[in-house]
Amino acid sequence: MDMPGTAPCVCPLPGGARAQDATDFMDFGPYLMLAMLEGAVLASVLALMASGLSLVFGVMRVVNVAHGEFYMLGAVMAWAVTSFIGGGPALAFIAAAILAPLLVGGLAALADIVILKRLNYDPERTIVATIGLLYILQQATLMSYGADARPVVPPFNHRIALPWIEWGEGGLAFYFPWGLSTTSYKLFVIGAAVVLIAALRLFMTRSRAGLIMRATQLDGDMATAFGIPVERVYAAVFGVGAGLAALAGVLIVPIQQAHYLMGGDALLLSFIVVIIGGLGSLAGTIVAAVLIGMSDGIISVFFSPTLAKILATLAVALVLVFRPQGLFGGKGR
Amino acid sequence: MSARYYWGLHLGLIALLFAGHFVLPAYQHGNVARIMVLAVYAMGYNIAFGYTGLLSLGHAMFFGAGMYGMGLLSYHFDAGALPAMAAGIVAGAMLSLVVGLLALRTAGVSFMIVTLMFSQALAMTLVYFRDITRGDEGFVIPSATRRLWGMDLSDEAHRYLIAWGLFSIVLIFTLWLVRHRWGRVFVALRENEERASLLGYDAFRTKLGALVISGTISALSGAAYALLFGYAGATFAGVQYSIFPLLWVLLGGAGTVLGPFVGALFMFYLIDLSSGVTDAYMLIAGVALVLLTLFLPQGLVGEVKRRLWRDLP
Amino acid sequence: MSVILQTRGLSRSFSGLRAVHEVDFDLPQHKIRALIGPNGAGKTTFVSMLIGRLPPSSGSITFEGRDVTALPAPKRVGLGMAYTFQITSVFGKLTCHENVALAAMRRLGGDTAAVDAEVREALTRVGLADRAADVAGDLSYGHQRLLEIAMGLAQRPRLLILDEPTQGLAESEIADFKALIRALKAETTILLIEHNMSVVMELADRVTVLNFGEVLAEGTPEEIHASRAVQAAYLGTGTEEASC
Repeated sequence: MDMPGTAPCVCPLPGGARAQDATDFMDFGPYLMLAMLEGAVLASVLALMASGLSLVFGVMRVVNVAHGEFYMLGAVMAWAVTSFIGGGPALAFIAAAILAPLLVGGLAALADIVILKRLNYDPERTIVATIGLLYILQQATLMSYGADARPVVPPFNHRIALPWIEWGEGGLAFYFPWGLSTTSYKLFVIGAAVVLIAALRLFMTRSRAGLIMRATQLDGDMATAFGIPVERVYAAVFGVGAGLAALAGVLIVPIQQAHYLMGGDALLLSFIVVIIGGLGSLAGTIVAAVLIGMSDGIISVFFSPTLAKILATLAVALVLVFRPQGLFGGKGR
Repeated sequence: MSARYYWGLHLGLIALLFAGHFVLPAYQHGNVARIMVLAVYAMGYNIAFGYTGLLSLGHAMFFGAGMYGMGLLSYHFDAGALPAMAAGIVAGAMLSLVVGLLALRTAGVSFMIVTLMFSQALAMTLVYFRDITRGDEGFVIPSATRRLWGMDLSDEAHRYLIAWGLFSIVLIFTLWLVRHRWGRVFVALRENEERASLLGYDAFRTKLGALVISGTISALSGAAYALLFGYAGATFAGVQYSIFPLLWVLLGGAGTVLGPFVGALFMFYLIDLSSGVTDAYMLIAGVALVLLTLFLPQGLVGEVKRRLWRDLP
Repeated sequence: MSVILQTRGLSRSFSGLRAVHEVDFDLPQHKIRALIGPNGAGKTTFVSMLIGRLPPSSGSITFEGRDVTALPAPKRVGLGMAYTFQITSVFGKLTCHENVALAAMRRLGGDTAAVDAEVREALTRVGLADRAADVAGDLSYGHQRLLEIAMGLAQRPRLLILDEPTQGLAESEIADFKALIRALKAETTILLIEHNMSVVMELADRVTVLNFGEVLAEGTPEEIHASRAVQAAYLGTGTEEASC
């Protein structure tokens, strides 16, 4: 989706990183495996980002249209932090992974207090206001960071050749097809996303703060009656949601480059994931992220990625039309 | 205040804009022509959003349908101005009917997202079939089409007058519509859908009617934009062009006849002035959206209506 | 005496809970029928099914000899049924005149003069004539209830369903309301859900008592007043209505 303006060719998520040049050299099997690996990277980042969107909707019952910009800010801040901190790519990356989500989360919490709180979280007015926030963040980034796409050096990046099994003349044979490889960093992204999401789930189910958030989700008025500071919970939730998007941005930026328009496509994909998974449901969101991420990787092998996106977009619209009850629930109308 | 006053007010604006044709300096003359065409789009949007309460985030698909319906007929078949315009308007009407039949099964936040998704799908489709649509670059409307009743529409003066004519027709139509019982039922649905249903009004069909009128007027604006300014491009079907009419209507005043024009006028000049200073001119749009939702939800004309002139239509 | 409204075996349950169960109900034309019962007896569920806000789980509804069970609410209103809400549901941002005009417009169409005359008459009958230009949301609660009734009148319904119309009205307003309903009897049939027993006793030709979603008793107000079963139902749930 080209949220405001069109970036020349900044494919914001690794779904764009197809290995078309490799098709000529590889058999179908290894090629499919490569596509699935790329899909898994996309799915991981998407799951992280969409859980943020889903968390905000689940607890606060508002749709945050500026979510893609928090992802973009995460990536841009990762660039900023790594460029200004010395001490090697690994240290700089760790600093970025801590600082960027904190800063972006703080900014989002501030936006919640200054803007959304005053709108009483009215669903429609909140969407309009977050559209405004989207443009403010995006255009402020354009003014300060500029229109260029900039890379971040991954903390480590070993090429890992992958084996393939084939039924040859002498029975089963292992071999390493040319072009079938991934990098250690991509595997790290998948691992990191799994760990982070597991941590988020533990946080929501086991910690006191998570319990408070879920109590607020069930019934805001009741939570107030029990003395839960709902306003502070909302600001925290909005901050955590944005922080998750920023973290996804930090993770992706060594694979993609940071660009001020990268939030648009990411937002569209997160919407798709969250709607298919059922807004507000963390488990559903993750299943949908895997589904969308993997199928985007695989479908893009056979079809044009634009066509895949057109079909996914229409499918989501129709899901909302024909199965609204299971997706937005009663309260979201 | 009686009907005489507000007819006077609205006809007065039309007269003022006609006078503008003779007195405005060249640069402003061109700007006002553009604003009048965009205000038609905003007035169309306002019928759905302002009067009926249908907050669409995808009206660019109707604007784009009008623009491409008109443009493609002209580009590929050298159609004349009137058949090409008609094609654009029909395309918008059909699209709004189909989208309405589906999207109006939802409401509120779901409706916003469904319209956004449909509009995105159309915008991507326009880019995808680049053999027909020239993709992202878009195309220039052939000059053969840009002639109407012997007037050359690339000429500034003719352009202004056609824009003024369309603007006046749509303004008067809106004024008539919102005072007609249909318009009053639109407002009833916006205010309390269940009550309106139990007064015997079919909510779905009425909203569908409102959306089709709204989409058709938006398509008229898109077609006129291509005809008068000679270009059709995928940007006009993108998200930004769905946000613009929302912004204009919010700024001017949702559910007022004059609001869309006032909003389009102010926002056009705000962006025009700021784009002289920075590339990030959409920052102004973002700040305006936030400030309007926070401090001026009624918009400029809405505020006048609330404080001074309650029965201003 | 022809029957205008009839239900047979009308039932509705909410996730297994029987709110209304197998109700057979006949309402003759030009009568005032009161529907009473303790809180939670299923009165509002029952009338919601009559007007079409809720689909029944089973059973049928016949209006003037026509099966309307499957018709959506607006169609039923088109046939001549009208409903006023228990929880006031006027168009808060519109004037009283506009509220009532919306009610009259569906029947009278674009004839502005006829609509205006109808609005004036309806507002006069409920005593709100001098409030025509006021915004409905600014009215007192009691006046909003009266406006709600005026909207019912302006539809000139063949059957008017009033869901607790006197709730929140002052004593003097209740007296006016009684006079109004008596005068209406010549024009229309009225189904009244009412908690105020003095209103029921004075207005109703017959009374139907619902309890636990079933018809407990039906008879003249005097018969109902004397019925032990009814008293037991009210006392059994311990609600304050019994004392009225």
